[in-house]
Amino acid sequence: MEAIQNITLKVWRQDGPADGGRFENYNVPEISDEASFLEMLDVLNERLINEGKEAIVFDHDCREGICGTCSLMINGQAHGPARMTATCQLHMRKFASNDTIVVEPWRASAFPILKDLMVDRSAFDRIIEVGGFITAPTGGAPDANLIPIPKPVADAAMDAAECIGCGACVAACPNGAANLFTSAKIAHLNMLPQGQAERFARTEAMVEKMDEHFGSCTNHGECEAACPKGISLDFIALMNQDYRKSKFKNRKSLSRT
Amino acid sequence: MSVVLDPKVPDGPLAEKWDNYKFEAKLVNPANKRKFKIIVVGTGLAGASAAATLAELGYTVDAFTFHDSPRRAHSIAAQGGINASKNYHGDGDSVHRLFYDTIKGGDFRSREANVHRLAQVSSNIIDQMVAQGVPFAREYGGLLDNRSFGGAQVSRTFYARGQTGQQLLLGAYQQLARQIGLGGVRLFNRSELVDVVTVDGRSAGIVVRDLITGEITSHAAHAVVLATGGYGNAFFLSTNAMNCNVTAAWRAHRKGAYFANPCYTQIHPTCIPQSDDTQSKLTLMSESLRNDGRVWVPSKIDDERPAAQIPENERDYYLERLYPSFGNLAPRDISSRAAKRAVDSGRGVGPLKNGVNLDFQSAIDRLGFDTVWERYSNLFEMYERITGEDPTKTPMRIYPASHYTMGGLWVDYELMTTVPGLYCAGEANFSDHGANRLGASALMQGLSDGYFVLPYTIGNYLAPMLNKPTPGTDHPEFKAAELAAKARYHGYVSIGGTKSPDHFHRELGHIIWDYCGMERTAEGLEKALAELPALYEEFKTDLRVTGTDEGVNQTLEKAGRVDDFFQLGMLMCRDALEREESCGGHFRVEYQDAEGEALRDDENFSHVAAWEWTGDPMTSIRNKEELTFDNVHLAVRSYK
Ligand SMILES: Cc1cc2nc3c(=O)[nH]c(=O)nc-3n(C[C@H](O)[C@H](O)[C@H](O)COP(=O)(O)OP(=O)(O)OC[C@H]3O[C@@H](n4cnc5c(N)ncnc54)[C@H](O)[C@@H]3O)c2cc1C
Ligand code: FES
Repeated sequence: MEAIQNITLKVWRQDGPADGGRFENYNVPEISDEASFLEMLDVLNERLINEGKEAIVFDHDCREGICGTCSLMINGQAHGPARMTATCQLHMRKFASNDTIVVEPWRASAFPILKDLMVDRSAFDRIIEVGGFITAPTGGAPDANLIPIPKPVADAAMDAAECIGCGACVAACPNGAANLFTSAKIAHLNMLPQGQAERFARTEAMVEKMDEHFGSCTNHGECEAACPKGISLDFIALMNQDYRKSKFKNRKSLSRT
Repeated sequence: MSVVLDPKVPDGPLAEKWDNYKFEAKLVNPANKRKFKIIVVGTGLAGASAAATLAELGYTVDAFTFHDSPRRAHSIAAQGGINASKNYHGDGDSVHRLFYDTIKGGDFRSREANVHRLAQVSSNIIDQMVAQGVPFAREYGGLLDNRSFGGAQVSRTFYARGQTGQQLLLGAYQQLARQIGLGGVRLFNRSELVDVVTVDGRSAGIVVRDLITGEITSHAAHAVVLATGGYGNAFFLSTNAMNCNVTAAWRAHRKGAYFANPCYTQIHPTCIPQSDDTQSKLTLMSESLRNDGRVWVPSKIDDERPAAQIPENERDYYLERLYPSFGNLAPRDISSRAAKRAVDSGRGVGPLKNGVNLDFQSAIDRLGFDTVWERYSNLFEMYERITGEDPTKTPMRIYPASHYTMGGLWVDYELMTTVPGLYCAGEANFSDHGANRLGASALMQGLSDGYFVLPYTIGNYLAPMLNKPTPGTDHPEFKAAELAAKARYHGYVSIGGTKSPDHFHRELGHIIWDYCGMERTAEGLEKALAELPALYEEFKTDLRVTGTDEGVNQTLEKAGRVDDFFQLGMLMCRDALEREESCGGHFRVEYQDAEGEALRDDENFSHVAAWEWTGDPMTSIRNKEELTFDNVHLAVRSYK
């Protein structure tokens, strides 16, 4: 274990959605390189409370890179400098003594800031609610091995399903688009045999809901680079293809139950 | 005065009880279902599946979660897998074997009828989840793959890479989202239950705090389901997500729901050891790793050579040595204690000598690097991110940590608590795992409760209530609960002491870990019971919460949760003290055999302890539910 010394944090503080917000500077005199970035914020927060100040608000929960609750732009990068790593899995060994680190919330018009570093990402839920599912009411399912699914298909669906819904893709996108998120969910379901019945209705509904809330994709590719799960841009191509098909063939009525 | 509880187990032979129950249960006509409002608190596997299914059936459902989205519930973090008695691999599995393994795994401290029902519906869960699009691992022929987990000699664990919980929760969340979209469920996110309301002894609804505005509001319903997860964070350091807490269950307990077996906590053997004092969370390395990893420590004390330089004959593969038939797959409680003993004997590894090795070298030699990598890559990567070490080159270092809680609100066969109309599902109840839970069985239980049990049992309660008036939120009980909640949260802000909620949580966690952790003694527990009330007094007078009780205030949220952990902590220690035997995760040093294995006392302790609130956790009343075993023979639990 080694100690990292004299870190300067420039942290975005904002009292509420209506407040203008500002950067505040904090010095962290010493922190172990084994500590995670969020543990450093924990230590700082405890100090702030001891000094009678309000702790910095940030979202987090599992701290295992799976729940998608943590966020943070760290030095302008969504989830910070480590590739394929969510903020909660970022460790201080990625930084050096005397570094200045700028910490900001996700910035996107679809994700209003609630306080400090906490944003509202519920627009993602709205997209799922209109079609991000397979209609399979409880109790009526046939035996699970009835439909064999070739391993490569199951693996590809799983690659898409790994999305943790953190919103880094939106935060990294200059247009604030949610195409990577939406396409990952669509691809997960559209690639599976069980997902075929609702394939085109799903795609159409989700894409249109996405467009209501988010900016449009102009193929920057920043999203893929920022994604802590390495979700591939190929899924966007797949989504676009299915969307075109659904419009072109007007399959919506066909696949509706 | 203590009472003996009736679990209301249906008549008939074990295998027919659930069918008999379903046949006898009263039904609500489809057209009448929407007249009933059901509140579901929690959107993990248990809550999301219950809310979605109840809404599909036609009930009016309000779902609450303190998370920003239902998809973030702690279930998302489960890695290893979910059990089901499908016997797809023809290796001798059956409903009865899963039932027996679970009863034995729980050290004969669970209720036969519930466990059997769980084993029966386990197959339906897999069917249901596949139909919903959960991308479980497949074999090359396209059929479902399985792996083995601790405490079983068959392969019955279904998995989706190392992210089974994530995929299952996304499945259940999608069903819930569909119902939200259709208007069958109203979702209240970032809303924390802060009290449970009863009127004339029946559940009438809940009081919640909006975590964004700080506003406190009442919600009335015909029935309330708590699916709010476990209390493993009482230990401060645990593998649970940071925000897991006991508040919902505890507030229900204070309103009349008995709390069962709080001392049954599971310490998971394979977590990354603590690296320093600033640590606020421990990370689990899935038990599935023990399929291919071998656990060992150096035979010599204080051997500081790197693992690679320690020859085979100077390594102690202690699980393989002590438990030859289960080896590295010995159940969790047993593996954890063995690891503690290895470290306590001075043979721990790593810079702080606080871990044991989990070594993949022989698996890599036997199966090839690629196969091993494919099975565990995401866990290997996670380990490397956290520790900076590559586990395919040097062994992983692991150590036990608080992980799961078998104890929880007491429920009967219908999953109803001692408060009529108040149900409890998933990890928050005590129902199926006795004194120790087997790996991959929590996901199974959560989904069983939510998809396949509650939708039947709730109807049985609601049917007679049709068209009868129920108390609304203008009832004085709601107003009183709202006022009390406001006073409580305002109170934390007004103390104006000197120490943060985290400070108290850490201190509390230390006491519970030291005296009510992997090994317990009467002396230690008495010490804890002397220290805890004193520390709690300090909490009440010296807590500092900065900011106000309006708007977002995470320090305030934490204060409320720590308060409830204090009260629970006392009950955990009292429960551990009164249970004068060792069973499963509850190991009392005084009760062990010559080889250091747990010594149960079936004569005096073959019962559930269900605690009743009296106003002070130090004086709670211990009630009993006697456990009877008609279908299994009470045996010494041996994995040798
Ligand atoms: C790291 C890890 C790995 C695991 N791996 C496995 C595994 O491989 N296999 C297995 O079977 N089990 C595993 N488990 C155990 C299993 O994940 C949990 O027991 C299970 O998911 C619990 O599900 P649940 O639905 O009961 O609760 P949770 O998923 O914990 O959900 C609780 C819900 O309640 C809500 N809530 C809580 N309190 C309140 C309140 N006061 N007000 C409002 N909402 C509230 C939360 O927001 C959340 O939505 C693992 C556990 C951990 C910690
Ligand atoms: S806190 Fe869960 S992904 Fe970071």
